[in-house]
Amino acid sequence: MGTLECSGLTKVYEDHRKALDNVSFSVETKGIFGLIGRNGAGKTTLIRILATELEPTSGTANINGFNIFTQENQLREKIAIVPQEARAIRWMTPKQTVFSYLLWRGYTYNIAKKLADESLARLGMQQYANVLNSRLSGGTKRKVLIATVTASEADIIFLDEPTTGLDPISRRELWEILKDLSKDRFIFLTTHYLEEAEQLADRIGVLKEGKLISVGPLSDLRKSSRYQYSIKLPPKTSLPTLKDGEVTESESGVTQIMTNEDEAFRLARMFSEQGIKFSITPITLDDIFFRLVGEKARDE
Amino acid sequence: MLVNAIYEMKNYPVVLISTVISPLSLLAVVTFVTNGALFGTAIEGGLIMIFFSSGLALQSDLSHLKNDFKLQDMIVSSPTNSRLYMGGMALAEIVYSIPGLVILIALAGIYLHPSLFQIAILSIVLLLMFAISVALGFMLSTFSNDVVQSYAFSRLLSLLFATLPPVYYPITFIPAPFNYLAYLSPTTYAAEIMHSATGYLNISVNMIIFDWAVLLGVCAIILFIAVKKTRWKDV
Repeated sequence: MGTLECSGLTKVYEDHRKALDNVSFSVETKGIFGLIGRNGAGKTTLIRILATELEPTSGTANINGFNIFTQENQLREKIAIVPQEARAIRWMTPKQTVFSYLLWRGYTYNIAKKLADESLARLGMQQYANVLNSRLSGGTKRKVLIATVTASEADIIFLDEPTTGLDPISRRELWEILKDLSKDRFIFLTTHYLEEAEQLADRIGVLKEGKLISVGPLSDLRKSSRYQYSIKLPPKTSLPTLKDGEVTESESGVTQIMTNEDEAFRLARMFSEQGIKFSITPITLDDIFFRLVGEKARDE
Repeated sequence: MLVNAIYEMKNYPVVLISTVISPLSLLAVVTFVTNGALFGTAIEGGLIMIFFSSGLALQSDLSHLKNDFKLQDMIVSSPTNSRLYMGGMALAEIVYSIPGLVILIALAGIYLHPSLFQIAILSIVLLLMFAISVALGFMLSTFSNDVVQSYAFSRLLSLLFATLPPVYYPITFIPAPFNYLAYLSPTTYAAEIMHSATGYLNISVNMIIFDWAVLLGVCAIILFIAVKKTRWKDV
C-alpha cells in the first residue's frame, strides 16, 4: 500500500479552458476513493492525467512512488482504466475481450486464458462468457469492461463514471462488485451520483470548477461541516426563529434547515408539539456537496 | 490485436468475404476488359491494393476503436507503447487481408512463375507500400475524433492511391498529360517497379533507380512525420 499524491495539477486546454486549477491532495492507495463534482468540474481531466493519458499544463503526481512523467512506464504496469463512455467491442465476446486485453498487456496465451476465465468467474459472468457483447445488457457490458481491467496485474483501477446510464439494479450490482474488488485493489472512481460515492467511497474529493474544494472521509466531511443535521419541512410551513442554522428552499417549496445537534432537537420537539410534519436526518453527502458547490436544496 | 481481427472474422464471416472481394473485383474487370492480356499486371495491382488499403484501413479501424470504444485510452494506460500498438494493429489488418492474399499469391505463382529475385523485388516493394500506408493511417487516426469522417477519408485515400493510379495496368495506358498526375501517387512508382520486374513494362535502368529512390524517400519521410506528429498521449 502507498499513496497517491497530486501537487499543483493544473490543466489548461488548447482552447484556453482551465479544467484543473492547482489541485493538490494525498490519499492512501487502498479501498475506494470517490471524486465527485458537477459535469465539467474537471473529474475526467484529473483521472486522465493520473492514468497517464493526458499531460497536465503544470504540476505533477506520484502514485505508489511512481511519478506520472518520469516513471510512466513503470506506473503503467500497475494501473488500468475504464474511460468514460468506454464500450465493450461489439463483435467480440466477454471472454475474447478480456483475453485480448491481457495479450495487449503482455501476458502469454495460456496465462491470459486462465486470468480471463478467473476474472469473468469473479464477476459471476461465466454464463455470458461466449455471448457476443452486442447481445448483452448495458449493465453486463459495463461488467465486461470491469472484468477486463481487473483481470490484469494492475492494482490501481481508474473508473470514470462507471455506472452512468445504468438502471438502479445494475448500478447496485456493480457497487457490490466494486466493493469486493476494493478489498485487494485501489479503486479511484469519478461519479456524479452522490449516493454512489456515499455508498462506496472510503474517502471523497469534491471538485468545483477545476478546484479541489474538499477531500477526506465522509465522517470528516460531516465534522468539518458547520451543521450536522438536516430538517426538511413541507411547502408553506411557517418557520420559527432559528438560534443557529441555515434555511434553503427548493423550487417545489420544500424547506431545508441545516443546523447543529441542540438546535435540531429543539426544533424537532417544537414541530412535534405543533403537529407539523417534518423529517430529521444527519446531513448527507448530498447536503455537504450542495453546500460546497453552492446549490439550492433538492426536492427529495 | 491479431486476435481481435480473427475474432471479428470468426464472429462475423461476412467481414472475411468482403475483404476478399475488393481486390479481386478490379482484377476481374481489368482481365475481362483486356481479354486476359493484363492478367499479370492486374495480379500485381491486386497485391498493391491489398497492402496499401490494409494500411489505410488501419486509420479508420483505429479511429473507430479509439473514439467509439475508447480502446486507445485503455491501451495508453497500460504497459503497451504506441509502436507495439501500431505494429499489432498493422499486423491485424494483414490478417484481414490473408484470404485475398492467399488467392492472389496462388494466382501469381501459377501465372507469373516469378523467380526468387522477382519475388524478392515484389516483396520489398509491397512491404514499403505497407509501411507507408500504415504510418499514414496511424498518424491520421490519432488526430481523428469522428469515425464517420475517418471511414470516408480512408475510402478517399484508397481510391486516390490504390484504385485510380495505374497499378492494375501499366502506366503506358494512361495518355499524357494525365500520366504526370499518376506520378503524384507513390503506388505508381511501386507498380512501375513491379511491372518492369515481371516484364510487363520496359523502362530504363535510370527510371527504375528513380522509382526506388522515390519509394524509399516517401517511406522515410512519412515514417518520420508519423513518429514526430503522432499523438499517443493527449496534450
